[in-house]
Amino acid sequence: MSADEGLVGIASRLLDRARPGEQVEVYASRGSSTSVRAYNGEIEAFTQAGSAGIGVRVVIDGRQGFASAGSLDLDVVALLLDDARDNASFAQPDEANGLAVPKGPTRHPLDLWCADVVERDADWKIAQAIALEAQVRAADPRIVGVRAASYSDSIGERAIVSNMGVEVHDRGTFASLSVSALAKDQSGTTTGAGATYGRSTHDLDANVAAIDAVRRATQCLGATKPPTMRLAIVLEPRMAATMFGLIGGMLSASAVLKGRSLFAGRIGEQIASPLLTLVDDPTDVRSFGADSHDGEGLVCRRVSLLDAGVLGGYLHNTYTARRMGTTTTASAARGARSTPGVGAAALQVVPGSGALEDLLASVELGLFVTSMSGLHSGVNAVSGDFSVGVEGMMIRGGALAEPIREATLGSTLPRLLTGICAVGADLEWQPSGTGSVSLVIAEVTLSGS
Amino acid sequence: MTTGDRSSHGATLLDESIIRSTLDAALRRGGSFAEIFVEDRRSSSAYLDDGKVEELTSGHDRGAGVRVVVGETTGFAHTADLSPEGLSAAADAAAAAARGGGGGVRAVALTRRPTHNASTVRISPSEVAKARKVELLQRADHAARASGPAIRQVAANYGDSRRRILVANSDGLLAEDQVVRTMFSVSVVASGDTGMQTGRESAGHTVGFELFDTYQVEQLATHAAERALTKLRARPAPSGSMPVVVGPGGGGVLFHEACGHGLEADLIAKSASVFGGRRGEMVASPLVTLIDDGTMAGEWGCFGIDDEGHPAARNVLIQDGVLTDYMWDHLRARKEGRPTSSNGRRQSYQHLPMVRMSNTVIANGAEDPADIIASTKRGVYVAQLGGGQVNTATGDFVFGMLEAYLIEDGKITEPLREGNLIGNGPQVLGDIDALGNDFAMGHPGTCGKDGQGVPVGDGTPTLRVTAMTIGGTAA
Repeated sequence: MSADEGLVGIASRLLDRARPGEQVEVYASRGSSTSVRAYNGEIEAFTQAGSAGIGVRVVIDGRQGFASAGSLDLDVVALLLDDARDNASFAQPDEANGLAVPKGPTRHPLDLWCADVVERDADWKIAQAIALEAQVRAADPRIVGVRAASYSDSIGERAIVSNMGVEVHDRGTFASLSVSALAKDQSGTTTGAGATYGRSTHDLDANVAAIDAVRRATQCLGATKPPTMRLAIVLEPRMAATMFGLIGGMLSASAVLKGRSLFAGRIGEQIASPLLTLVDDPTDVRSFGADSHDGEGLVCRRVSLLDAGVLGGYLHNTYTARRMGTTTTASAARGARSTPGVGAAALQVVPGSGALEDLLASVELGLFVTSMSGLHSGVNAVSGDFSVGVEGMMIRGGALAEPIREATLGSTLPRLLTGICAVGADLEWQPSGTGSVSLVIAEVTLSGS
Repeated sequence: MTTGDRSSHGATLLDESIIRSTLDAALRRGGSFAEIFVEDRRSSSAYLDDGKVEELTSGHDRGAGVRVVVGETTGFAHTADLSPEGLSAAADAAAAAARGGGGGVRAVALTRRPTHNASTVRISPSEVAKARKVELLQRADHAARASGPAIRQVAANYGDSRRRILVANSDGLLAEDQVVRTMFSVSVVASGDTGMQTGRESAGHTVGFELFDTYQVEQLATHAAERALTKLRARPAPSGSMPVVVGPGGGGVLFHEACGHGLEADLIAKSASVFGGRRGEMVASPLVTLIDDGTMAGEWGCFGIDDEGHPAARNVLIQDGVLTDYMWDHLRARKEGRPTSSNGRRQSYQHLPMVRMSNTVIANGAEDPADIIASTKRGVYVAQLGGGQVNTATGDFVFGMLEAYLIEDGKITEPLREGNLIGNGPQVLGDIDALGNDFAMGHPGTCGKDGQGVPVGDGTPTLRVTAMTIGGTAA
């Protein structure tokens, strides 16, 4: 790899070797990252790293093959095209297979690059992590430790080229400060995490991370196991985003086509509360999932998924759109090491009214959820079963009451969607790219003793 | 490939002269410890979904990570460039990151350790024709669909990998290892009046393509299909606290979460574990003997050396209910002035090693599993657990039940839909009141910690916990 050779150039060289009748796409990426972890006033670990990846996709007579490598070295890259061809020869043909063909106007790319991330020196980064740790340790006498306080940043660029007319190059930056605090009193130990994110280091606000971590760690001190009951739950934006991520996955046309989505065949139907309007909009630069192009190099666009609870459509890539006789929504999700799937990049809930405090005040008996666990083991997006471990604070008469732990919440994803009875105005951008708000959901089972 | 003959691996991953110059560069600015970790990983996979072989993929990763320890600080840099210049740049970056003072040249004398492959690989997957891998997928698809008309979708996945590593450090250690992994999984969707349900079955070992002499893909597919079909007639799990019996091989995740993570020395050192300062104390029912064993040949979490170059070991963590030791990596052990327990692992050359489990098992008990079920008046029988998660500071943990039934009057009765169980580690360990004599290993797993995933195995006999909270999903 020549250090100053453009990624588009590296990727394009492989296209020259395409044979007649072959569709060839090359996805190349590289980036670098820094991570500083402070502990006890010292730097516990400082990591500096560069990484690269390249993936070659070939479609020959409807058969698709793929090969990838974690290096842009010439000797490694040179083998990929033959490898992908060989893989294609063992796949079954599918007439919907084929590379994306750009249509319509191209757009000026979004500016997702903040040079200050590159320009910050190591001393500045170290100082951020150490200061954050000190701030959290000093914030409250009940804070007995910090598991880790970290500064991280990354810069990355990506090129996608194909012999079907795709040639795009995008780049972006990201920085974050995060901290995990330990609080302790006579009742035991609790943890709480807080973070602040941005494309620029100027967007980072250590106070936000510190206050959040301290609040989360201390508010659950003295928590006990609650009795089993039915109640309303209040999800702050961070928690609600988790649910929207699950819903986004169920609205992938890939899941629909393969009979793995509860929402198959339901376009035009009311599947959620009329209070909920959900879009996927990678063109909104406020989202950390914002992008000029999707994983096939097509121009990103705003996609309406739920309009006042009515299912508007699914997320598509080129393949699923061909299968279902529609046009792609430019929702191909992937990295250099995998073929394009389908996924939401920048989900966004249209805000309702009221701050979190207003939502809490509206609940007579409920649980304010501060942490969920076991999402990968207790939530099944195919059956819709939803069962997660929770910590939180009871809401009694509209006010926060005693903390609880070692309990689970149980429902189904469709019931959670239709049970939404208030949507907050407090739009908050999550590092996952989701723009989320606080929610109140009625009639959920809290299982305890 | 079954012996310690290095020539069967091909050439060494990196010449000793380059290793030495990289370590020298890493220590140029001072430091008490430097290490280079080199990795070369090749993988291949084949995937069938929706009745057709969708794609075959192959991947190749290689690179090196260099770390330097100065006082309490670790500097780390990694690179995909294995040339002397690339490694020297990484070593400089790691040294600068560790911000060492003093400096000075220190000669490192390397002693190459004999390589011993932990598992036997009879048929190297890279030498197996792709057509044979594809055929496995199609056989699984047919078998699952033949299980009944309610089977609506089948996905089958074949994967193999060969990971070669080399570790050298300023203590003079130089060691290499190679681990081959082969796995197969089937996921099925069944549909009926009650909606859609899923079933999954998998097999994976640190062996080659001979995995399929032991496992018939048809059988795996049929099991997955039966799980999905059974759940079509399942009722939502009940809510509340009751006895839980976990079937053989199924309980590993429970211990992995209930106490495994809490016995990792890095979490202990940061007071982030409920098991801190409790060595020598009774932390579990006297029935419980917990062992972490990286040497179990063929098992998913097995390796010849850990990712810090130390030979895999068998470590007893809890003996008859008494906490005997934690798990250690190089850094934590060094601080305590004791040997590592060979639990230093990392996802790839791009990651720093930390304390991780390997194969975590509960030693066999004495009871007939049938008696354990028969003596349970009302409870839940979990035949297959899903993943789990733990907060080591509080000890609270959850795990999913992928296949579960009600126990009524000592008999396994109705199937239950999926859900999570929640409990508190120290509490649950003490509440184990029955242990069967039917030890079995569980499914191949991936354990995630601080963003790094590593392959792990687990195993248990049938066991009973007197009370855990079941997360019911009934309307």
